[in-house]
Amino acid sequence: MSKPTLYKSIFELPREEYLSPGHGLCAGCLVGTIVRVLLKVAGPNTIVVTPTGCLEVSTTPFPYTAWKVPWIHVAFENAAAVASGVEAAVKALQRKGLVDPSKKINVVAIGGDGGTVDIGFQALSGMLERGHRVMYVLYDNEAYMNTGIQRSGATPFKAWTTTTPVGKVLKGKLQPKKPIAEIVAAHKIPYVATANPAYIIDMANKFRKGLSVDGPSFIHVIQPCTTGWRFDPRYGIKIARLATETAMWINWELENNEVFRVTVPVPKRKHVKHYIRAQGRFNHLTDQDIEEIQRFIDKEVERINKMVGKEVIGPVVE
Amino acid sequence: MSDLWIRIPLTSNYAAAYAAKDVDVDVVAAYPITPQTPVVERIAEFIANGELDAEMIHVESEHSALSACIGASATGARVFTATSAQGLELMHEMLFIASGLRLPIVMAIAARALSAPINIWCDYSDLMATRDSSWITVIASSAQEVYDSIIQMYRVAEDPEVLLPAMVAYDGFIMSHTYEPVYVAKDRAPILEYVPKNFKNRYRLDPDNPITMGAIADPNWYYEFKYQQVVAMRKAYEVVKKADEEFGKRFGRSYGFVETYKVEDVDIALLTYGGLYGTVQEAVDILREKGVKVGAIKLRVFRPFPYNELFNAIKNLKHLVVLDRAITFGGVIEGPVALEIATLLKFKSLDTNLYNYIVGIGQRTVTESDIIGIVDHVSKLIEKNVVPMESIYWGVRE
Repeated sequence: MSKPTLYKSIFELPREEYLSPGHGLCAGCLVGTIVRVLLKVAGPNTIVVTPTGCLEVSTTPFPYTAWKVPWIHVAFENAAAVASGVEAAVKALQRKGLVDPSKKINVVAIGGDGGTVDIGFQALSGMLERGHRVMYVLYDNEAYMNTGIQRSGATPFKAWTTTTPVGKVLKGKLQPKKPIAEIVAAHKIPYVATANPAYIIDMANKFRKGLSVDGPSFIHVIQPCTTGWRFDPRYGIKIARLATETAMWINWELENNEVFRVTVPVPKRKHVKHYIRAQGRFNHLTDQDIEEIQRFIDKEVERINKMVGKEVIGPVVE
Repeated sequence: MSDLWIRIPLTSNYAAAYAAKDVDVDVVAAYPITPQTPVVERIAEFIANGELDAEMIHVESEHSALSACIGASATGARVFTATSAQGLELMHEMLFIASGLRLPIVMAIAARALSAPINIWCDYSDLMATRDSSWITVIASSAQEVYDSIIQMYRVAEDPEVLLPAMVAYDGFIMSHTYEPVYVAKDRAPILEYVPKNFKNRYRLDPDNPITMGAIADPNWYYEFKYQQVVAMRKAYEVVKKADEEFGKRFGRSYGFVETYKVEDVDIALLTYGGLYGTVQEAVDILREKGVKVGAIKLRVFRPFPYNELFNAIKNLKHLVVLDRAITFGGVIEGPVALEIATLLKFKSLDTNLYNYIVGIGQRTVTESDIIGIVDHVSKLIEKNVVPMESIYWGVRE
């Protein structure tokens, strides 16, 4: 992998904007933040494919568009297949001299968890296996938010959604979250990373690395959803930060299926209750439930530290 | 003529692959399915041998095949795919998006029966299920027609007045796996003169001129998008005709929308589509030797439906027998083409009697003697002055 120059501060990010203001995303939605930074990093020579989802419906109500780069939406389950076609076309047209071969054109797919983890998973796996030079960015708000907060494979354990309601017998989702980044990593592609918009430089550098590899890359970004997670719109970044501070979300990267590193070490961890109690979707959780989740996270931290070979995520210190 | 062509034995599948090669497609995305598989194999061989410079995307499903074609076509590439039966059904959702995004994709269909029960053999239930998808639809009757029609369809689909995808169907196995002599181009230059790549003028995903494709259209806009497709399909009627005439002028072969065989002196004719037309022509000859005057009609273009040409072909007939190779369950008539023709008869105020026979379902064999039997059967109905509204299921064990 060719080493791209990395950003050191937010002032180094390009000032140009490629996602226009005036789109219809919810106030406080972090998808706008993620995509804004992503397009700054990718620049104008970028073709974006977006599956059906919040980002798609909110940014392209005909006859308006928020996109200043070429953009296409086809359907819900096939962004990776469409992106494969775009990438193959660019390759063929450049080889035949119809498109300037010296111009590097980024192909980026940006999908939500439903379109990526669930219904779009087959197309994603196919794209990864075939080795298309596409960067796939997953904005993970942990449910089908566009249709109104239904459970997805990415919904965390015990979380309330409209299809995992809190009833007398069943309370929230019964299963843990699908580990999509690790499943993607099992495809042994050149670059896989997890990112968090509260750590904007880390996220921007991961986009930059993902765009620099000669093959597929996958960036899994946590995206707190004010509507579905039930929190005041002003707290999005705060909750995103808490996710990493509690190790509910660990920012890592895997280069060439060899070098694994945690890019945001957390020497002193906060208890998961700080993250969980900040969100209405976990209102029904008992202290016992939270302790169960804490034990699960402790194990996950132990596993990650073992993979890195040293303690990058420290103990819970209150 | 002979300077341009070389005559070689090809199946209809291989003829489809040769056509894709000779129009110099840029991207092929396809998934193997019986009986279409040899199309994909042959294109892979062309690319491997350097005879075709294209990106081949070995997708993991037909849904992704058409999705990738949509992405590639939206980027400005000339694309091709092929499928059959279940594969076409898996593409079904994408068919409507390909046409709605106005992408000139061309697809070959080796027509095959739909599951269940699973049946890998020929009928046209897969093709007929795509009826309302806004694809230009051609049904070929020979391997030569498959080759020529695919080339023609690139010219039609890419016409700025049309910009709709097109499919060219042919009988699974009966044509897809049988060899016929086919003229193919020695050199693709004259073919590309006939179908020049209109890359520069295409709406496409181009960073130098960014556009948004596939935006959400609310009730205030969606209707107009769909109406524009109606207009495009109407325009395609003329463009298909011109493309075929121009092909004939340049290359000496043309097909029209409808083909007729010995209908000049008859009261009764049999209409069908695909490879079965050859069998019907044979049967017509046999019957005429016996003194039974019948003719044959072939429907070549299903969408846009060629009402003018068909009207001219049937206006002097007393009786029209439509041999359908698919079933529209619960329809007024259960043969999909017969249903269209009934509409035509009504609106053109023709009093031609219509008899609909369902044949060849799941590739139940249809020979000349079946056609002769159908003519005998219909003659008896005519004698009794009976025109049944129900479709007649020829040869079925009830």
